[in-house]
Amino acid sequence: MRRWLGQHLAALGDALRRLLAAPLNTFLSLLVIGVALTLPSAGWLALENVRQLIGDNPGVQQVSIFLNLDAEKRDIGEIESRLRAAKAGNWRFVAREEALRHLQASEGMAEIIASLPRNPLPDAFVFTPSSTQPEVLEQLARTFATWPKVAHVQLDSAWVHRLAALIRLGRLVLLLLGVLFAGALVTITFNTIRLQIFAQAAEIEVARLIGATDAYIQRPLHYFGMLQGAFGGLCAALLVTLGFQLLTPAVAELARLYGSNFTMRGLTASDVALLAAIGGSLGWLGAKISVLTHLRRFA
Amino acid sequence: MITADAVTKRYPEGREALRDVSFEITAGEMVFLTGHSGAGKSTLFRLLAAIERPTSGSIVINGQNLSALRRNAIPYLRRKLGLIFQDQKLLFDRSVLDNVLLPLAIVGHPARDSLRRAQAALAKVGLTNREKTMPIALSGGEQQRLAIARAVVNRPVIILADEPTANLDAASAREIFAIFHAFQQVGVTVLIATHDPVDLPGVKARVLCLARGEMREDGNEATCAASAA
Repeated sequence: MRRWLGQHLAALGDALRRLLAAPLNTFLSLLVIGVALTLPSAGWLALENVRQLIGDNPGVQQVSIFLNLDAEKRDIGEIESRLRAAKAGNWRFVAREEALRHLQASEGMAEIIASLPRNPLPDAFVFTPSSTQPEVLEQLARTFATWPKVAHVQLDSAWVHRLAALIRLGRLVLLLLGVLFAGALVTITFNTIRLQIFAQAAEIEVARLIGATDAYIQRPLHYFGMLQGAFGGLCAALLVTLGFQLLTPAVAELARLYGSNFTMRGLTASDVALLAAIGGSLGWLGAKISVLTHLRRFA
Repeated sequence: MITADAVTKRYPEGREALRDVSFEITAGEMVFLTGHSGAGKSTLFRLLAAIERPTSGSIVINGQNLSALRRNAIPYLRRKLGLIFQDQKLLFDRSVLDNVLLPLAIVGHPARDSLRRAQAALAKVGLTNREKTMPIALSGGEQQRLAIARAVVNRPVIILADEPTANLDAASAREIFAIFHAFQQVGVTVLIATHDPVDLPGVKARVLCLARGEMREDGNEATCAASAA
């Protein structure tokens, strides 16, 4: 067991030494792998942020019920009691004054509103149904529309459906992109390991002749591919984080203009670890394939 | 220790390098394998080292039949042999000491003891002060001695050497043979393929003589030279 561990540590050390022995080559390989992993991981991060922006659960939908401008307290109470009786979800009453105040707080709207002779906004209920089934929601919306003093019922489901479809499409594109760049990473490793094998041809031949097993010869090459992939993954994490840092102020500004306090989510420590692990596994795979193909001539 | 029985090696192009070769070497013997170039010495060396397999016949080394050896068992056989190659196969990208450490690294020998053993092996061949030297800076005789140190660092029971004195002057060759003799004295079986065995004072080595792929003589050097002529 100790001998086994010792041999693995020696192979790992050997692989590290070889990576450090050719710093320029190593740097270029890491950069290529890093760039290859950057695109899918940046895409994934962007998608995660979009998902977060539209809410943790993209299925949450709202029904807005706008009342007539001449609706009075009595009418509001009537609607409220009907909502209570319907037992179909939660609601929030937005008084027309409150809506106006909210609008006034928005950039550039204050002057426009000040120029208006009277408050043009109606009282409204924002209804959050407990069911997310589109049929149920549409049925509810139809019912609300028949109630007295209800001017307009807006079901905010169409855009949610579109957004969900867009996100699904984004995921699919990302998946294809990921597969493509994973293939690129395996290919890059395949090639660097091929060059390593040619560079070490003398050593491999001698080692074979004096009793080295296949495992002894392959081990440092596997570690080489794995380390290169893992460091490439860390490179990608660095690039993504760099891009994230550059985008953050712009996104925050945009969010502020929309009156949102949305902040972008960057890569967490576990994301970085995952990237390194993915890079390492793909690197190992590339090394494995390369070793199987190229070590045959030393049989 | 080494038994060859009716060994024939035929290469794909039809050339028969060895024909019906049989011999037996007992443990602790020192044997010269001689013959003209092309007589089949190197072929026999490659068969004994399991680099190639015989076309027919059997070779048994240390109780293991090489013809029946699985590919993944070959490394473990080679660890029991001290192989010295005609072209030495030293690694010129690392120091003398690192060359000798390689076989120990291959078997996963503990690092601290490895250093001690490598130094002892270098001492035995008289390279004690050349540990940090690169092999390219060694003389021909020193390179050959380094190759021997690497071959014996794993304490093999058998030493197989292919033309270990091919490019050496008589004095260096004599030194090399003296080193082999010293190993034989401590019980190692030594088989040296050479076209030019050197007489060492006080050493009685058996001589196997190959001629055109056949075993001609099994005795002493004088008769071999007569029949090969």
